[in-house]
Amino acid sequence: MAGLMSGFGSFTHAVVRALPQSLAKEALRTGSLEVDLLKAQEEHDKYVSVLKHRLGLEVVELPADEALPDCVFVEDAAVVCGDTALITRPGAESRRKETEAMKAALTELGLSIVEMTDESATLDGGDVLFTGREFFVGLSMRTNQRGAEILADAFKDYAVSTVPVQDRLHLKSFCSMAGPGLIAIGASEAAQKALKIMQQMSDHKYDKLTLPDDLAANCVYMNLPSKGDVLLHCTPEEFPESAKVFEKLKDHMLIPVSNQEKVKVDGALTCCSVLVNRKKNI
Amino acid sequence: MTTEVGSDTDVKKEPEKVPEVQQQTDQPDEPADSAASASADQPQEESQSAEAKSDQEASPSPEPSSPPAAGGQKKEKGISRFLPPWLKRQKSQSQDKPDESSAPPKQESVEVVKEEQEETNQPKEEVDGGGAVTTSTEQTEEVKEVREESRAEELQPEEKEREEEKSIGSADTQPVREEKEDESEMEEKEEEKKEEEKKEEGKKEEEKKEEGKKEEEKKEEGKKEEEKKEGKKEEEQVIQQEASVLSTLKVNKKMKMVVCHVTLLDGSQFSCEVEKRAKGQYLFFQVCDHLNLLEKDYFGLSFKDNAEQRCWLDVTKEIKRQIRNSQWQFVFSVKFYPPDPSQLTEDITRYLLCLQLRQDIASGRLPCSFVTHALLGSYTLQGELGDHDPEEHRLDYISDFQFAPNQTKELEEKVVELHKSHRGMTPAQADAQFLENAKKLSMYGVDLHHAKDSEGVDIMLGVCSNGLLIYKDRLRINRFAWPKILKISYKRSNFYIKIRPGEAEQFESTVGFKLPNHRAAKRVWKVCVEHHTFFRLVSPEQPTKTKFLTLGSKFRYSGRTQAQTRQASSLIDRPAPAFQRTSSKRISRSLDGAPVVNVSDYSQADGAGENSPALELNSDSKSKLRVQGENIYVRHSNLMLEDLDKTQEDVLKHQASISELKRSFMEATPEPRPSQWDKHLTGSPATTLRLQTHGVPQNTPPRPGTDSRDASKSAEVKPEGNEVIEVVEETVVIEEVVKAKPKSSTPEASVPVETEVKEERSLSSDSESEDEAEYHAQPPSTSISTQQIKEEPEEEQEAELSQQAPPSAIESQPSAEAADPGPAAEEEKAAQPHEEERTDKPLLTPDEAPNGHAPQGEAPPSPQTAAADEEEPHIVNGSASRVETEHLPQVICCSEPPVVKTEMVTISDTFAAQKTEISTKEVPIVHTETKTITYEAAQLDGNGDGEPGVLMTAQTITSESLCTTTTTHITKTLKGGQSETRIEKRIVITGDSDIDHDQALAQAIKEAKEQHPDMSVTRVVVHKETELAEDED
Repeated sequence: MAGLMSGFGSFTHAVVRALPQSLAKEALRTGSLEVDLLKAQEEHDKYVSVLKHRLGLEVVELPADEALPDCVFVEDAAVVCGDTALITRPGAESRRKETEAMKAALTELGLSIVEMTDESATLDGGDVLFTGREFFVGLSMRTNQRGAEILADAFKDYAVSTVPVQDRLHLKSFCSMAGPGLIAIGASEAAQKALKIMQQMSDHKYDKLTLPDDLAANCVYMNLPSKGDVLLHCTPEEFPESAKVFEKLKDHMLIPVSNQEKVKVDGALTCCSVLVNRKKNI
Repeated sequence: MTTEVGSDTDVKKEPEKVPEVQQQTDQPDEPADSAASASADQPQEESQSAEAKSDQEASPSPEPSSPPAAGGQKKEKGISRFLPPWLKRQKSQSQDKPDESSAPPKQESVEVVKEEQEETNQPKEEVDGGGAVTTSTEQTEEVKEVREESRAEELQPEEKEREEEKSIGSADTQPVREEKEDESEMEEKEEEKKEEEKKEEGKKEEEKKEEGKKEEEKKEEGKKEEEKKEGKKEEEQVIQQEASVLSTLKVNKKMKMVVCHVTLLDGSQFSCEVEKRAKGQYLFFQVCDHLNLLEKDYFGLSFKDNAEQRCWLDVTKEIKRQIRNSQWQFVFSVKFYPPDPSQLTEDITRYLLCLQLRQDIASGRLPCSFVTHALLGSYTLQGELGDHDPEEHRLDYISDFQFAPNQTKELEEKVVELHKSHRGMTPAQADAQFLENAKKLSMYGVDLHHAKDSEGVDIMLGVCSNGLLIYKDRLRINRFAWPKILKISYKRSNFYIKIRPGEAEQFESTVGFKLPNHRAAKRVWKVCVEHHTFFRLVSPEQPTKTKFLTLGSKFRYSGRTQAQTRQASSLIDRPAPAFQRTSSKRISRSLDGAPVVNVSDYSQADGAGENSPALELNSDSKSKLRVQGENIYVRHSNLMLEDLDKTQEDVLKHQASISELKRSFMEATPEPRPSQWDKHLTGSPATTLRLQTHGVPQNTPPRPGTDSRDASKSAEVKPEGNEVIEVVEETVVIEEVVKAKPKSSTPEASVPVETEVKEERSLSSDSESEDEAEYHAQPPSTSISTQQIKEEPEEEQEAELSQQAPPSAIESQPSAEAADPGPAAEEEKAAQPHEEERTDKPLLTPDEAPNGHAPQGEAPPSPQTAAADEEEPHIVNGSASRVETEHLPQVICCSEPPVVKTEMVTISDTFAAQKTEISTKEVPIVHTETKTITYEAAQLDGNGDGEPGVLMTAQTITSESLCTTTTTHITKTLKGGQSETRIEKRIVITGDSDIDHDQALAQAIKEAKEQHPDMSVTRVVVHKETELAEDED
């Protein structure tokens, strides 16, 4: 019962999903790169391994569904904050069914489930940035105003501000939280513009960690009991310059995680897991 | 003297702004009396000014007496009184420069104002002014006054604001009194007048008290009543206020008593009898007394108007006039939700806040999640019932509580479950936990208003401590932090905010919203004005200075600001009062419920902790026009407190400015200054325009006055806006003027001691007109980060505005303005330059010339000029010649080489229309001996935008006889989306030999420290000037 808005980054569970074979060919992508399925599989295994073994999270692994080539990117299917889980209505028609398994898993974890039933609403979890104090929802090709409204209804304690996202798939395609009050943000014009909007809309002050590469700005922050600040971020192989920036975070436990293959289908680090904090007492 | 001059100028300006025609008519008088009137006006504007006036008038003769005496002057005075702070500022500005030319116009304006706004008239000031007419003699008195003023000035922000408010209110009322005793306003005013008269000094004292500045109070009291100490002070103040109200009431008419019913936060009813003509504060105090509440500034009384809309009772006004035909039914509730309740001093205050929040939650106004409902509910139970008792507390024990709009069994179970976990927690702890969680809710303290955007889409406007939030459904779609808002205004059913341009933007933009009706628009506007003042400003805009009449709505928040109330509550020294928690009415097992406290203690506590009385008094004057009050000149000594490191450039500039000032002083002869001021006043088209507009509308003068805070800029802008606004009822422009740099004090100059402290400026002129109103938010010096930016743009806009404004307002006074402006503006500018800086002159002239020529439009500039301090030549860019004429008389005694300081001046013009445009210009301002303050804003174009992110504003507050000039420089630099704000406050105290410089300096520093605990005094420079003598005024 730490109370409202405490324990940002504190998680006990992670929901992930296996990689379907269909990902290589059928997964949606903004580019046109070929995915090496084996490498992708290897990457994902490593990712899950870090969560499970290195960080000690309870990992719920959902089976892959070949009919859902993008199902590995579980983040888009649900938004979890506190004890509430909002099951989304993904903007991509082909991904709508991904939420079913997610809903079941989160229900299993004892979260109170809110479903997005409005037919006009769309929301991808990748467009939702929760800072610990408030939500920013990117209005993108995948997420619309109505979806954001429903999210605001689901999480009444928090301010929900909308941020236009242009030229990027998701809001979190170029930003994420790298710590309490610390926003990792890409250096691109679009990213900086979005950051500016977020800063204007917020009553809170945020520090920013600017990364030369937009994609590198997507990292996974956690604050774990015996580990302190943990950050999963890009590898020096992928983004050497950005990796250097992360390495300046002395107080974080830095864990470079490769994402070379999944990024080809617009998968980022945050995309592959839904983190949940299930303590005994609220 | 300087004060006088300043007042004159202000007056002049105001009048000008208002109706030119009237001004013209008035002009004749003004010219002759201009100086006197100006002086009078100034006093009115500033409480200090009042004093000064009194001094001026009959050096010894108290202000009160003078008011009655000067009938003709009264009108002028009244006008001046009406004139908002801006006007005053303008005056100050004008004083420096345009006294001569401006004078006539000013007078006219004043008259106009009077005519237009009887209410706003500041009888006292006028009276004083009348007395002031004999400025020379007054000077001696001024010294005394000056001392007081200087103190006041030091406190200026708060005091001035309060004073202004009071004064304004008084002024308004006074005129009415004079003219229309019958009118309720008159009555109030009369009361105030009476009070004032009775307590001319008392006013000062009251103001001081109100200001809540203990120091002032102490000093004043010490002078008058040392006996009154903090505790007593508060009590006394309250008593005085109440007494005054009562007395006035009594005096005026037979006592007709009415029973008021007040619904308290615990749902109980409180009834009390009040005199039919009692002001809101009387009832409010009764309720607070009943509740044993000391930290009352967060609370308010509301009532339902005929449309069932909740309206806040203005404590400074008569109840009857506000509720009209509605029932005498009120609701006591939280008006300003403290962002951090843990900083409240007393548990009882927190408890009341809890009760309010429980209501908010139960009603759905404060949305929260299931978990939060449960958590907050559990704290409620712990606070009300104490530890969970399995035997006594069955599930139904909570049936009496409503934890959520729709309470489910599941929720109740959760609440009980959590309640069990709070075992051992005292009620006070439970309340604190409740608040710690509630304050994080996104809608905590957000006052929502239905509106439509420019495209007709339904949205909600949320006013909160940080600014204005825009919601569409539940989503936040935009946010305008106070620092981003330059001006708030409404016209008819439209509500406008002028936004400071961003880094990459060159011009300010105005965002308009459509409210359901006019009343709704005004309501939002008022709420914004109040929240801005309460949360962003260190002290309310100084009404005193402005005390003038304002045409538009003069409304300003006159109560204490959060900063003030915190300071006041820190002095609360009473045993925690025992109080019963509502529902249970039993003291929880926890130890919280402290035994009842002795009444005596309580009273003391009040005194200490509550300055509120004083504040309330101030509130009486309500119309706190936020006049600047920023510039205070104290002759002879300049106190410089620098918070931020100043760059060498700044220092150099500062020095330069000082030198310029000295020169100006040296050069300028006392007499000339006044004339200059007058000219400025008259000349300043802006002011005139404003006045005109206001006048036309009703309130024009005030608005101009509003600008006063920031100084010329804001003033100018506002005026214009006012002018424009003719139709508009109330427009309040919030101009945040940030002074970018501090100037290094130029020690060279012998006398002036400059203390730079961060200050805030609140300014805004109130126009009484109800249709439109503008409020320029000037960022408090303290808070300001963003504000600064606008200035530049504003200047530019001002120019534009000036032009525009003139037309609108001008129509009536076209000839006058045109004529005046040109001459006035030019003269003012010229004068100022001469006096202050010759170097500047050239610049100024050009600018001025344009402005002046431009027509009346330029008038605004003059006001602006006032704002700017010395640092840079008034130049004011003509655009807005913001020369704030300060007290010519006291003329700054900087003997040393005149320093020219360039300050960024932001001028926001209030176009009623919203249109926005506030042009800020960076004009170098030169301080003239007369106390002219010039703000230089970045140049028109380049200002804010040109230099992305860098905004510089200088605010000056000028007080009369004793001249204390406080300049706040706020520099904001935006880099990569991040802004750096630097605030430097500089207080220049110029005083004649009469003034105790050391004392003034000490006070200034003390005040500065109090106001900005975080800031440090980095530099104190004392310059001695020999020349001053001129100040003849």
